Amino acid sequence: MSIDLQTVKKIASLSRISVTDAEAEAMVPELNNILGWVEQLGEVDVTGVEPMTAVIPNHQRLREDAVTDGNVRDRVLANAPQAEHGFFAVPKVIE
Amino acid sequence: MSEYRIQGATGEWEVVIGLEVHAQVTSQAKLFSGAATAFGAEPNTQVSLVDAAMPGMLPVPNRECIRQAVRTGMAINANVNKWSRFDRKNYFYADLPQGYQISQLYHPLVGEGEIEINLDEKNPDAETKRIGVERIHVEQDAGKLMHDQHPTRSYVDLNRSGVALMEIVSKPDMRSPAEAGAYLSKLRTILRYVGSCDGNMDQGSMRADVNVSVRKPGHEFGTRTETKNVNSVRFVMAVVEYEASRQVDVLEAGGKIVQETRLYDPDKNETRSMRSKEDAHDYRYFPDPDLLPLELDDAFLEECRQSLPELPDVKRHRYEEQLGLSAYNAATLTADADTARWFEALLAEAARIQKKSEGEVAKASANWLLSELYGALNRLGKSLEDSPVGPEEGAELLALVADGTISGTIAKQVFEIMLETGDRAPKIVDEKGLKQTSDTGAIEAAVAKVLADNGDKVEQYKSGKEALFGFFVGQTMKAMQGKANPQVVNDLVRKALA
Repeated sequence: MSIDLQTVKKIASLSRISVTDAEAEAMVPELNNILGWVEQLGEVDVTGVEPMTAVIPNHQRLREDAVTDGNVRDRVLANAPQAEHGFFAVPKVIE
Repeated sequence: MSEYRIQGATGEWEVVIGLEVHAQVTSQAKLFSGAATAFGAEPNTQVSLVDAAMPGMLPVPNRECIRQAVRTGMAINANVNKWSRFDRKNYFYADLPQGYQISQLYHPLVGEGEIEINLDEKNPDAETKRIGVERIHVEQDAGKLMHDQHPTRSYVDLNRSGVALMEIVSKPDMRSPAEAGAYLSKLRTILRYVGSCDGNMDQGSMRADVNVSVRKPGHEFGTRTETKNVNSVRFVMAVVEYEASRQVDVLEAGGKIVQETRLYDPDKNETRSMRSKEDAHDYRYFPDPDLLPLELDDAFLEECRQSLPELPDVKRHRYEEQLGLSAYNAATLTADADTARWFEALLAEAARIQKKSEGEVAKASANWLLSELYGALNRLGKSLEDSPVGPEEGAELLALVADGTISGTIAKQVFEIMLETGDRAPKIVDEKGLKQTSDTGAIEAAVAKVLADNGDKVEQYKSGKEALFGFFVGQTMKAMQGKANPQVVNDLVRKALA
C-alpha cells in the first residue's frame, strides 16, 4: 500500500486539519516510510494465530449502572476557547 | 398481506423498505461513563471528563446497557453473540467531542432475529408477516447543537453525549407504508415490555432512519435513499409514501436515483437531500483500542433470559385462550405494556374480592376498562397513568355489579361519581342508596302498573309482537329508578305476561 498526494489531502480534510500543498507533499514520503516500516510485519506467517486484543490476557470489565460522575461543568468547559451560558460556543454549523 | 403498488406511467412499482431504529437504552448512567442520563437537565451538567473526551480518559462499559440490549435481542428471538467488539466510527462534527463514535460495526452484540407484525391488530384474521432483524448493536449518542441562541455561534450541550443507544437494523423486508408503520409500533411495544427503552418518540428516545427504494415487481432491488431521524410512526409512513412516489417519478422521467441521505420536513410533507454531508461519509472504522472485546458468560445470559417479562404476542394469545377474551380486546389490552399491567392489576384485584378465578372475572374487567374507563379518560383528556380511578377502585365497582348489589346501569352512575369526587364505590352506593332491590313485592307492583298503563302494547305482545318484552322490562326498570335487579325484573315481567 502506498500513499499519494491526493490521499494525504483527503485524510487531512476528513480530520479537519489544514495543510498547505508544500506540507502535504512533504508528508507523502513520511507516511509511506511509516507504512513501509509497519508492513514488514506482513512477512511473518500468522496462519492459525488468533489476533491479539491485549498485551496481557484480560477480560473487559463492566461498570455497575450508577451515577458516579458529572456535575463538573466548570471543569468540562475550562479548556473551551469559548463558552457561554453553560454551553460550548462554536462557529455556527447549521446546514 | 395486500399488495401495495405504485401506479406509474410505465406500469406498477413495488416499494422496498428497511428501517434502522435508534432506541435510547433505559439506564441511570451513560454507556461508558458514570454521568447521569436523565432528560432535561441544565446544559453540560451531566457530562464527565470521559464524555467530554478529555485526553487520557478511558471508557468502561455499563453492564446494564449491555444487559438491556441482550434482553431486547432475546425478545425478538435473535442470536446473542457471546463475543462482540467495539469499533470507532470516525467523523468530525461539533456535537462529537471524541471525533469518533464508539459503535459496533464488525462484531455486533446481537445477530439475526425477527418481529411479527399484523397490519390490523384489531382483526384476528388479518395476515401476519415476519420482518427480519439484521442486527442490534450498542453505540454512543452524540451531543446536542442549538443554532438559534446566538447570531454567529452554535451552542453545544454534551448531556446526551455518550448516552447508550441500541441501533436495531431491519432487513429490507417491508413492502408498504403500513408495514413500515406496523413494524415500528410493534418494535416500540416490545421495547416497552422489555423495559430496555421508554419508547418516548417525542423526547427522541426512539428515532428511525428510513431506507426506501423502488423496483418493478420481481426485479432486483433499486438504489435506496436514507431519510434520517424520523420521529413518529405517522412520519415514517409519510416518508415511505413520499419517497416511493418521488423515486418512481425520477425513474420514469429517465433519471437515476442517487444513493444519498435525506431529511424529512413534516410541515411540507416532503424529503430533501442533505448533499452537503455526502463527501464526509468515509468513517474509517477500526476496532477501538481502548476497549477489550466484550465476552458474556452463561450466567449473564441466563439472568437476561430469566428476567424477560411475558411478551406481547404470548400475552395476547393467553388473554384469548385462557381468559376467554375476544381477539379485539386481547389485542387492545396487550398493545401497550402499561395497559396490560393496569388490566392485570384490575384482574387480580377483581378475582381476589369476588373470590373467583381470573378467567371468571376477565370479560367484565376487560369490557369495563376498554369502554367505561377508556371513555372517561378520553373525555377527561387523561391517560391510564394519571387515571383518577385506580385498578383497586375499579375492581370494587366490578364486584358490586357481579354480586348483584348494583345493576350495570347504576354502575355507570357510580363510576361518574367516583371520577368526580374520588370516593370509592361501596361508600357511594351506601350514601346515595343505590343498592338494587330484589324485593319481589315492590317489583311486582311496578310491573303491574306498567302493564296496566300500557294495555294496548300488552295486546300487541300477546298477538305475537314479542319484541315488546324489552319495552316492559325497560319501563319497569325506569319505574324502579334503575335499582331493580334486572334478572328479577325479567322473571316477573315474563310471569305477569304469561
